[in-house]
Amino acid sequence: MELLLDSLFNGVAIGSVLLVAALGLAIVFGLMGVINLAHGELMMLGAYTTYVTQLIFKLPILKPFYNSYIIVSIFLAFIVSGVVGILLEKTIIRKLYGSPLETLLATWGVSLILQQFVRSVPLAYGTGLVISLLIGLFLPTTFPSKIKESINFKYFKFSSWIFAALTGVLTGSLISSSVSKLSRASARNVDVTAPSWMRGQVEIIGTAFPKTRLMIIVITIISVIAITLFLNQSAWGMRIRAVTQNRQMSDCLGISTEKVDIITFGIGSGLAGVAGVAVSLLGSVGPNVGGNYIVGCFMVVVLGGVGNLLGTVLASFGIGIMTDLIGAGRLLSIWPDMPLPLSNTINFFATTSMARVMIFALIVIFLQFKPTGLFPQKGRMVES
Amino acid sequence: MRISRRILAGLATASLAVTATSCGGGGTSGSFDDTVTVGILHSLSGTMAISESTLVDTEKMAIEEINAAGGVNVGGKSYKIEYIVEDGASDWPTFAEKSKKLIDQDGVPVVFGGWTSASRKAMLPVYESKDAFLYYPIQYEAQECSNNIFYTGATPNQQSEPATDFMYKRSPAAGGDFFLVGSDYVFPRTSNTITKAQVKQLGGKVVGEDYLPLGNTEVAPIISKIKKALPEGGIIINTLNGDQNVAFFKQIQDAGITPSSGYYVMNYSIAEEEISTIGPEFLEGHYGAWNYMMSIDTPASKKFAASFKKRWGADRVVADPQESAYNMVYLWKQAVEDAGTFDDNAVREALVGQKFDAPQGPVEVMPNHHLSQTVRIGEINAEGGFTILEETGVVLPQAWNQKHPSSKGFACDWTDPSKGEKYKL
Repeated sequence: MELLLDSLFNGVAIGSVLLVAALGLAIVFGLMGVINLAHGELMMLGAYTTYVTQLIFKLPILKPFYNSYIIVSIFLAFIVSGVVGILLEKTIIRKLYGSPLETLLATWGVSLILQQFVRSVPLAYGTGLVISLLIGLFLPTTFPSKIKESINFKYFKFSSWIFAALTGVLTGSLISSSVSKLSRASARNVDVTAPSWMRGQVEIIGTAFPKTRLMIIVITIISVIAITLFLNQSAWGMRIRAVTQNRQMSDCLGISTEKVDIITFGIGSGLAGVAGVAVSLLGSVGPNVGGNYIVGCFMVVVLGGVGNLLGTVLASFGIGIMTDLIGAGRLLSIWPDMPLPLSNTINFFATTSMARVMIFALIVIFLQFKPTGLFPQKGRMVES
Repeated sequence: MRISRRILAGLATASLAVTATSCGGGGTSGSFDDTVTVGILHSLSGTMAISESTLVDTEKMAIEEINAAGGVNVGGKSYKIEYIVEDGASDWPTFAEKSKKLIDQDGVPVVFGGWTSASRKAMLPVYESKDAFLYYPIQYEAQECSNNIFYTGATPNQQSEPATDFMYKRSPAAGGDFFLVGSDYVFPRTSNTITKAQVKQLGGKVVGEDYLPLGNTEVAPIISKIKKALPEGGIIINTLNGDQNVAFFKQIQDAGITPSSGYYVMNYSIAEEEISTIGPEFLEGHYGAWNYMMSIDTPASKKFAASFKKRWGADRVVADPQESAYNMVYLWKQAVEDAGTFDDNAVREALVGQKFDAPQGPVEVMPNHHLSQTVRIGEINAEGGFTILEETGVVLPQAWNQKHPSSKGFACDWTDPSKGEKYKL
């Protein structure tokens, strides 16, 4: 019983990291069909946001609230990655809809740019830049419609960008002068330390579980529930699903597909940011942190069936549980006196690298039989 | 079109300017009779840049020190050392390519370079075919002895063997079982083969080993294996690489695998630099083994640390790889002065037997092109340094490990033409 519980927990813990990382991709790749190779780097931005938030909460004014910085950083990471994602969509991806190969190359280029960006720009000014983008992109949309419709709107837009740039430079230099660690560019990996209430273990039914893992599971569950509710209950969610199913028809019926694209991509990117917070709790934060997850993300989405959230959820937990079963050699402890050749085989695969090989092999075999994944999308798609 | 061509031209000029500034260097100007240009070849970009750039800093500092003290004296003439820095870009074929460039095009008499074993293996054929000389400063898995490479880092018997011995006999977990964790590449696998043979000799037991693919940070299966294999605590030998250590130590602490519950980790790749990245709060109470530790309380060690901080910034630290890099520049200078020429073959002969009062203590070049060194075992403390617990005497290097089944009974001696790279003892 204890063994089963332990194994299940480990599988869910590994799976939830995969799931939270793949969730954004499931929306961007699954619903929009955009192969976004910069997804890992959007995660990295989320992880760096956690790091910056942590340092800012160490300032004397915010010190009393230090313990809650991780909660705040989840929202901030969502916003930061979301804003960068929206910018990406507006400037690059929008021009490349329907040409997957070009999208793939362009987003790969973006991922390299973002990696080099965090290496060579001081994080304080990086934060300033994101704040400028945030204000510049959203301030004009808050103007009353009277101004929006006026002929001089472009001047208002322009001046709001100037205001945004100024605010960005100001916050950048403010942060840089108050937190010295953020004032210099560094390619060195940095570290996010969980607040004390999140470290150590908690005991449930006689078994001890690490708290950070529980936290990641909670983040994942909340993200999945929120995104499901959004897609299925809200008006915008309905529009997104309509555009996914038939773009031309939705356009004819008066749905602004342009807006839908921006919102979908923004949410997908924002979720990558949330995933960044989760992975920063497990390892170190560096320019390459996203690259380690991107292959796993695509694997989960493809295995689950493109365009299906339930498939993504099941696929990531499936992979998580398999990783634990194979990698930790669980079968041996469940069935200790199995025949020697079998136990030798299991022992051979019971290392982390061999378990990975085994899981990839299993997925390849599975996709031979079900090339569209666990839950293929039903119905007639316009593209196909 | 015109615009893009102009941009291209601009880019080309800019990159030329960058190369122009990155090449060439030097130190204080004095009165020298001539100059000699040496090559420095490390990764300045890519994943290894973080580690390797510290070596470039140290080598530059050593060269500046030598220049300030009058340069190299060869045949009654004083030479100022200048250097060409090349970027290996964390890409192993690039290391070979840049080596060729330094030897053929720049005609440097010596190259200081490399970090990973993969980069060294890529460079080795270049130096052997051109009969040039590479100085390599990193502790490594040995099982190699080239006439064209001089190794100033520790061999396994100068690091992992005394460390295993300490863990099994004198650590708080003495007599306990061993679990081996490493990144999945040549150094951890070779090092662990040696450790397994040694633990067997000592009468101990290795109850498990696991390797994490490079870049992977999911440690959960390893943790459950450790808990299953060592339910009451024990000894963990860690050869993980770089930031995988961060994931490992964060997650094992959360899972309750700590010194206070009887688990002690001995690390072979964690020096002062890495401690500050991972955070001492995750590492306190675990162990490390090195030839040089910043906390060595001798004038030579303090001077080395102080001049590095003075040259590159007060928040910088020095660690074992940097000390090796520092030593090799000085040993090259001594050998050249003794040989009276920059000619490779003469310098190679003069190099064996060179002694140097290094920051770690006296070192001497052995006939197998490795260094005799002192080994230290330290406990990681809350300040992010090592509290030195043990210090061996001078340990002679074994290029061919005497515990590894494939090399037992072999040795290397380049001073005797009949022995060479690998001969039976």
